[in-house]
Amino acid sequence: MMEKMIFGRFIPGDSFVHRMDPRAKILFVFLFIAIVFVANNTLTYLLLLAFTFFVVFLSKIRLYFLVNGLKPVFILLIFTFMLHIFFTKGGDLLFSFGFVEVYEEGLRQGIFISIRFLVLVFITSILTLTTSPISITDGIEVLLGPFKRIKLPVHELALMMSISLRFIPTLMDETGKILKAQMARGSDIGSGPLKKRIKAVVPLLIPLFVSAFKRAEDLATAMEVRGYRGGEGRTRYRQLDWRMRDTLSLLMLVGFTAVLWYFRT
Amino acid sequence: MNSIIMSFKDVTFTYTPDDQSVRPAVADLSFSIEEGEWIALVGHNGSGKSTIAKLMNGLLFPQAGEVAAMNLTMSEESLWDIRSQMGMVFQNPDNQFVGATVQDDVAFALENNGVPHEEMVVRVKESLRQVKMEEFLDHEPHHLSGGQKQRVAIAGALALRPRLLILDEATSMLDPQGRMEVIETIRELREETGLTVISITHDLEEAALADRIIVMNAGRKHKEGTPEEVFLTGNELTTLGLDLPFAMRMTHLLREAGVQVLGEHMTEDELVEELWTFYSKK
Repeated sequence: MMEKMIFGRFIPGDSFVHRMDPRAKILFVFLFIAIVFVANNTLTYLLLLAFTFFVVFLSKIRLYFLVNGLKPVFILLIFTFMLHIFFTKGGDLLFSFGFVEVYEEGLRQGIFISIRFLVLVFITSILTLTTSPISITDGIEVLLGPFKRIKLPVHELALMMSISLRFIPTLMDETGKILKAQMARGSDIGSGPLKKRIKAVVPLLIPLFVSAFKRAEDLATAMEVRGYRGGEGRTRYRQLDWRMRDTLSLLMLVGFTAVLWYFRT
Repeated sequence: MNSIIMSFKDVTFTYTPDDQSVRPAVADLSFSIEEGEWIALVGHNGSGKSTIAKLMNGLLFPQAGEVAAMNLTMSEESLWDIRSQMGMVFQNPDNQFVGATVQDDVAFALENNGVPHEEMVVRVKESLRQVKMEEFLDHEPHHLSGGQKQRVAIAGALALRPRLLILDEATSMLDPQGRMEVIETIRELREETGLTVISITHDLEEAALADRIIVMNAGRKHKEGTPEEVFLTGNELTTLGLDLPFAMRMTHLLREAGVQVLGEHMTEDELVEELWTFYSKK
């Protein structure tokens, strides 16, 4: 199940969306999240859906792969759909089954909310699927740049993010090693009642924390020796490259917003 | 060429200044290193090696005596100037890899020192070529072996074009192959650029390649000299908890067994060379 999950995974590729500037992509997603709430009737929701599929098409990520990877999300989706169907009352009564009564408005709301949810999940997944974590970090750092004025430690936040991302695989490896070491000593992790299993995680976590702190110390020394003195006077190796396609994409989104606004009731 | 690049003058350092009963980590240490030399600092655990490394780059300041590097006395003010002229590689390959990919990591020190972007691209390529890692530009650290990671760390240090490279136990966590890779890289680097190298190690095999060896024991300088001079003392080193290189041990054992081996041999090749011509020379 974990292998199929595509939350936060990056699939390298060479599509239009892959090549976009991370800043443009992040702005695009945030703007999109806002305009999702513009839609309020059948036509606008359909447009929203069509637009989303167009973006998926541009990213060259197979729809099947996307749908398959987001399976856990669909459970949530169906759940919210059901809630709306059963609890929203209004409009004509469509049918009733015992104490369950389904109204027209409920069905409508259920479908709309599901579409809203679906397009949000799709678009945000496309962002993480087509952008390497480090590029997202770069994008966020630049976009948050103006907030340095109000003393937000933007550079430090971005560095923290990139270092955590960098150390995820290292710590995963380490966890695996500790797990094996504990198993070799006869510890039984992953069976028995829940309480016992939670307790069994403790001898896994403590060595992991100890070594993480040790690593942090070493890393801090290594960084200091290599001349790290905070964000002041630092240059950037990774350069972001804002191109025509980035401007175009955002303009396209603005145009789409206008269309939605025109058709909404 | 013959300028002093790093010197210690009567340096004493203790981690517990309040407690006089604890022996200082480094006591009355003096030595100087000339530009272009390869120095090996050897010693058993607790001999003060790592403390010396930290004193060299200003992570620690001595309680007495003076540390000077690149003609500057180590102080809070000169610290960053000195650091920008020296590269350092540490023991654990994972814990010094800052960047998300090889090229980011190599560029890290350049970014810190405000090198312009165009210059960075050139230098990253150049230093990766020097350690033969240029094909790995976009690789992530967890897809590299320990030896490769250490070579990237060396490249990261070289990118700043330092005058001095300090290797603090840089090979001790590597497998034999990784160790060979790193040592070979250093050797080629020295041939190519004549860079000053200080390697802190407990591996005498590695130390044998240096121009000069400083043997540390219990925070004091025990002996200083060329590898030949130092290894001649043989058993003395063994009592300090250091392992002689295999070829040297072999030579000693052969002597004990009554074989009249003539020279002291630092490498296996030299020993083999003497042994296979042994009879014909007689």
